[in-house]
This record gives sequence, C-alpha cells and structure tokens, in this order.
Amino acid sequence: MSAKLSSIDIARCAANDITEGSYVNLGIGMPMLVSDCLPKGREYVLHTENGMLGMGPRPPEGEEDMELINAGKQPVTLLPGGSFFHHADSFAMIRGGHLDISILGAYQVAENGDIANWMLPGQAPAVGGAMDLVAGAKQVWVMLSSHVSKDGSPKVVDKCTLPLTGIRCVNRIYSDLAIIDITDDGFLVTALVDGVSFDELQAKTGAPLQQAADVTTLHSS
Amino acid sequence: MIDKRVTNFEAVVADLPELHDGAIITAGGFGDAGVPERLIDAVTTLNLKNLTVIANNAGSERGGVGKLLKAGSVTKVICTFPRSSGSVIFQELHAAGKIELELVPQGTLAERLRAGGAGIPAFFTATAAGTPLAEGKESREFDGREYLLERAIKPDVALVHAECADRWGNLAFAKTSRNFNPVMAMSATATLAQVNRIVDHIDPETVVTPGIFVTRVVELDS
Repeated sequence: MSAKLSSIDIARCAANDITEGSYVNLGIGMPMLVSDCLPKGREYVLHTENGMLGMGPRPPEGEEDMELINAGKQPVTLLPGGSFFHHADSFAMIRGGHLDISILGAYQVAENGDIANWMLPGQAPAVGGAMDLVAGAKQVWVMLSSHVSKDGSPKVVDKCTLPLTGIRCVNRIYSDLAIIDITDDGFLVTALVDGVSFDELQAKTGAPLQQAADVTTLHSS
Repeated sequence: MIDKRVTNFEAVVADLPELHDGAIITAGGFGDAGVPERLIDAVTTLNLKNLTVIANNAGSERGGVGKLLKAGSVTKVICTFPRSSGSVIFQELHAAGKIELELVPQGTLAERLRAGGAGIPAFFTATAAGTPLAEGKESREFDGREYLLERAIKPDVALVHAECADRWGNLAFAKTSRNFNPVMAMSATATLAQVNRIVDHIDPETVVTPGIFVTRVVELDS
C-alpha cells in the first residue's frame, strides 16, 4: 500500500497555491474543502455562481438562512467586502475572464487540457455552470480524490473518452499522488507524494509524463 | 395612477393574455432560494397544456416547476441541472419520453434570457464549444478561439420572487434569492412577481429590477 493524500490534504495543496487577492470559484463537492484550508493571513475572495462574492463558511447550527446559499445549495455566510448580484452578472464575471481560478472535480483530464466532468454513461443529463467555468476562468484547476478510477483506469489520459465539458482549458491537476501542470508539451509533474515514485505515477497515468527540474515532495497529514 | 399591486394569487394569474396553452413560462430560483412557489401554484391551477418551462432546476414533487410537470402541463423543459435530488417527476417523464429537455449551460441560459430582454437576438460564447452541447449550433472563430452562436429566449411569462415591491413594480431582492429572477423579469412579455412585502416606496438606489420589467406584483401574505 503506497502513500497517498487525503481529500483535505489535496485541498490544502490547492489552497496554498492561491495567491493573495485572487477571485476563486470552488466547484460542488471536494473543491469546497479548499475553503476550510485558507492559509492564515492570506485574503482571497470566493465566488459562488448563484450570485455572491465573499462567500464565507457554513453558519453555526440554528443560524442557517436558506436565502444565503452556495451553488451546492448549502447554507453559507457573507464575509465583509462581499456582494450579491444576479445570474447574468455572475456569469459575466466567469465568461468575461474576471475570475482568476476555477477549481473543479473531473472524471477525466487529457494532456491537451480537455476536461470531462459533467456526464457518465447512463446518467441523466445535467450540466449546471461547469461549461461556463472551464471556458471562462483565467486558470482551471482540477482536484482528483484518486489518481485512477475505482476500476483502476486512469483519469489523467491522452484523450478524454467521456463527453467533454470544455476543450484545452485545464491548467493544473491536484491528485492524491501528485501535482501536474498542463503545458504546451503535455503533463509536467511538479510535486509527488512522499513514497510515490515517478515510475509508479507514470504507470497510473494514461499519457506520457515529464518531470519538472525540482519536484516538490508532498506529505500526507 | 399606476398600480401593479394585485390583491391575491387568484387575481395575479387571471385575465393575462400571455398565459395560454403552448406558452413559454420561465420561473426564477436556484435551489430553494428565490423560487416563486405560490405563483407556480397559481399557474398550475389554470390547467394549461403544452407549456415550455424554463428554470435552473426541474423542481421536485413539492417544489418549483415540478408541480407544473406533475399536473401534466409541460411538454418541454429548458434548464441547466435537472438531476438535483428530488427531481423525480422530471426524470420519470423524461425517461418515459413524455417531456423534451433542452439542456443549457447555466451562464448561457442567463445570457440568453438577458439578451431576450435586451433586444439582442443572438450572441457568441466560448461556453460549450467543442462539447456535445455544441451539436447543431453554428460556430465561428474570433481571435483564434471557437465560439458558439446562441439564440436569445423571449418567454411569454416570467414568474419571479423578490423581497419587496412598490406599486410601480420596482423590485429589490434578498441575498442569493436574487439569482435568475432579474434576468427572467426583463426577458418576458409579462412578469408576475411574488414578494415578501409590498412597501410604499423603495429607495431608487436599491431597486434591482425597475418596474418597467414588471407587470403585476402580489404579496405572499395575501
């Protein structure tokens, strides 16, 4: 059994890479964990596509306000400096390139930056804001709770076989094994989990990997 | 004197020429926030047929546009996320081939409604280019990037929820219950607004939807 990161470890890695002053949208599910990992003393603004900037954490029990929810329809809070706006303005922020980072989950990411994250075979269709986020944000980061699928097939691939959410848009992948940038020359490993070899990562990846000059070692908590 | 206030939910849907069989009806809301539940109930009682319904979610048995679906009034749904927990009615009708679905990315839906209200018949967007939702759509390259042509939507009726209204139909909203409501209000030929409170006067600086976009307002308590 090799070492790997927990979901909260992965979220911590992504949170550490968000620079001061960034405007960030967190996808429903695992990316939401990033908001629990904000480094102390660094301020960035969370956007939720249902119409709010300055999203704060879930309120204490009993103080939930169902008119103050996030895109996952969960109660949240508003931080100082926040604002409300309607859906067309909210997506103008996304589609107009004003949002610095969109962090999402995915079923597959390809070496050219294509992403598939909205539909599995046999599933009823639903798309939400995913296609807008990947097409519009300046940076698109993908979080993978596991580097490979349950059946062992790679999620990090040469070509997506599932229905695409967007083309040539993903910039970086945070998985339980590594951090991988997507460059003009394909996948570039910039960080590896302690105990995971480059060869092991390559064996679990469906496309050629390159190694950065100085690969950072990641430790699970 | 201009007075868009209506005394109750029966009256708000009465004698409105835009509410007819085959009408396109859009309803605001995202999750449970800002859903015009009482207006949807009122329209459901009219037993209209062959409606096209536009909303972010497809609603459930108890809430949202699901009530119109359950009544058999709807033949087509235009929405972004009909797979929420509780969207059972939509999923059953869709699986049985009894309802048509036009799946639209959320930002594209908001912009198509905004464009409809702004007299813009179509626009180009990069959203969904290269994906299955681009099939059958005209595309064009600008500055080296592919964009899809998306058509505006002009519904017959918008059902919206707001925090407060005045007799001129000006609306102000509460927090994230604003969501789609303002763009839907501006897109439709007739807009009905249910509000928590009707007030004498809303500070003009805080009006979000100006009364020109609103046909009738009704207070939730009425």
